[in-house]
Amino acid sequence: MLERDNDTVVFGQDIGYFGGVFRTCDGLQEKHGKHRVFDSPLAEGGIAAMAFGMGINGLRPVFEIQFADYIFPAYDQIVNEIAKVRHRSGGEFTCPVTIRTPAGGGIKGGHHHSQSPEAQFTHTPGLKVVYCSTPYNAKGLLISAIESNDPVVFFEPKRCYRGPFYGDPHNVPTWKDHPEAEVPESYYKIPLEQARIAMRGDACTVIAWGAMVHVAEQAIRDSGVNCELIDLQTLVPWDRETVTESIKKTGRCVIVHEAPKTSGFGAEMVASIQERCFYHLECPIERVTGWDTPFPHTMEWDYMPSPARIAEAIHKTQEA
Amino acid sequence: MAGKDTTKSPIHIPSTPFRPGDISAFEQWTAKPTDLSMPAIDCSAEETAEHAAGMIRVLSDDNIASGDWNRNISAENLRLGLEHMVRLRIFDDRMMKMQRTGKLSFYMRSLGEEAVAIAQTMALEKQDWVFPSYRQPGAQFVRGRDMVSMICHCIGNVEDNVKGRQMPVHYTWKEGRFISISSPVGTQFSQAVGVGLASQYKGLDEVTISWIGEGSSSQGDYHYALNFAGVFKAPVILNTVNNQWAISSHVNVATAGKNFAIRGIPYDLPSFRVDGNDFLALYSVTKWARERAAAGLGATHIEVLTYRAGAHSSSDDPSRYRPQNEAQCWPGGDPIERLKSHLIEIGEWSDEQQNSLEEKIDSEVMSAYKEAVKFGDLANGPYPSSDHIFTEVYETVPWHLEEQRKEMKRWRDA
Repeated sequence: MLERDNDTVVFGQDIGYFGGVFRTCDGLQEKHGKHRVFDSPLAEGGIAAMAFGMGINGLRPVFEIQFADYIFPAYDQIVNEIAKVRHRSGGEFTCPVTIRTPAGGGIKGGHHHSQSPEAQFTHTPGLKVVYCSTPYNAKGLLISAIESNDPVVFFEPKRCYRGPFYGDPHNVPTWKDHPEAEVPESYYKIPLEQARIAMRGDACTVIAWGAMVHVAEQAIRDSGVNCELIDLQTLVPWDRETVTESIKKTGRCVIVHEAPKTSGFGAEMVASIQERCFYHLECPIERVTGWDTPFPHTMEWDYMPSPARIAEAIHKTQEA
Repeated sequence: MAGKDTTKSPIHIPSTPFRPGDISAFEQWTAKPTDLSMPAIDCSAEETAEHAAGMIRVLSDDNIASGDWNRNISAENLRLGLEHMVRLRIFDDRMMKMQRTGKLSFYMRSLGEEAVAIAQTMALEKQDWVFPSYRQPGAQFVRGRDMVSMICHCIGNVEDNVKGRQMPVHYTWKEGRFISISSPVGTQFSQAVGVGLASQYKGLDEVTISWIGEGSSSQGDYHYALNFAGVFKAPVILNTVNNQWAISSHVNVATAGKNFAIRGIPYDLPSFRVDGNDFLALYSVTKWARERAAAGLGATHIEVLTYRAGAHSSSDDPSRYRPQNEAQCWPGGDPIERLKSHLIEIGEWSDEQQNSLEEKIDSEVMSAYKEAVKFGDLANGPYPSSDHIFTEVYETVPWHLEEQRKEMKRWRDA
């Protein structure tokens, strides 16, 4: 994107010379110049505000919040300013900002390096919310996010930077040989609002996003049930058609997310699904989520949804 | 969208003077211990303008103490300060080794900055509140925290006093008036003003000290702290620890100016810039600020000029973004070496005593380590019960958490 669009600029803490603490911007400054890819002062609120200003004045800023847990000093700028300016200005000003942020647990990060705060943004009109899960969709979705004329909050599951996470902390493979790890050098897009059917099946629809896509995949294999796995990819606006079609076929649904249960995005999906698919459902929709507690440090595997918990929910739907 | 010339930089991007492969050359310090007088504790903020623009030192380059700020601290106290700093350094080394073997998930050393929390906490009274960032764990040694308890927290075992909830180094120790550390940077700085005001409200002789990094001084919390402390004349000591690096970001990214101390003056706070590797100067300036706060005259702002000699954390590799020899080039030297040399200079210490001190602390740390791992470590367990995930979220456990706790237990015990 930096190559295609001279108005795209990338900034954030430690992303310039160093390339980011997760190396996601490695080499970008050298390739595209210091004024295109640069370090900012350590102030998330300031970063978001500067992006707002650049965005309404014709640039296409992409900024990184080093951990999603640190996004809250920028919350006012994102929720009240970036998200609302198109509407409040009668469409005269728009803010095509992309907010990249590593989220989710599994790295022994305790409650300030592990949270998955997507629902705090899906509840904000004006923002699009994306949660990638693989190298392939990370690139395709990110290009769509950057090209979007609406602001996009783009969550990256930090547990998956090195490889897909199947729920076993003692055995985390690398991305090598994974079908979704082939990333074309060339430009390609995955449209926002499009879910990915990661596994086809007809007995139960399992919906997940971020790292939980891989954990759910493992759970489905373990369960022996012929499930359809939907990687939602974009949470707002979400792909209602794909989800509805799948549930009409399976009549059963399990929703999985790492974030706490109460007011999690799963709750919104459950409500929408019953509105559209009530007469197709054979049993209550199951939710497997993080607990309604702060994310723990040493006991994080007792917090994160495990393949076993998801598999049990899948089996429960088969009993009906 | 394409087609514009990208070769020129149309906006100013701050430069970082030295990167890997360069030889760092810091501007040499000309400040001398006799340069700056000690103002009266009821002085105005403006009267500290020279102190903020200059640098308060007590130890000369040859580690001889002089000047108005020299309080003639007893040799006994200086030796105690030295001992705490050596303790912190050896403790940090041991924890780092444990981190590399997986016994803890993460660690942050105070290397090169040991004087900061130790000298400053020693200058306070026992009842004063310490509201640290992650690089002031040394304050706990001054207050006498049991090292075994500190290690148990770091390795997240069953004796961790925060019950496996926090990352290592995020200590909490209410008994020592050491307030719980939060990862989001800078939050403690503005909160400290509230702690101080609450003490004052209750009529107590308590002062609150807090620290923020120069990188984090970009956060709103830094400015809230200075402004609120000025407006309410809060009994707080607000320190900006300028250690030159915020992970990979050089101080030039944190400010276009050259000085953090002077920022306090427009907020009506007396402001000092102090050599942060000079134990005596740090102690002295903090004592001044404590006296002012205790007299009801309000807050003080201090820039502590130092150098982060180690990595930001165990997850960081500074060789990727700064010259490897940079710590050796720092004009402020090493805080332990300087205090040691000073004590030797005044005939109150020797290399032999230093060696036996190091040996003593080495075995103290080793036996604390052995004691702590008896209660488990992150690699091998046992861990705090995962029931602790659900407790102390609220004062009592509400129904939905109770249900979830039972659900978790069913899986855990399966």
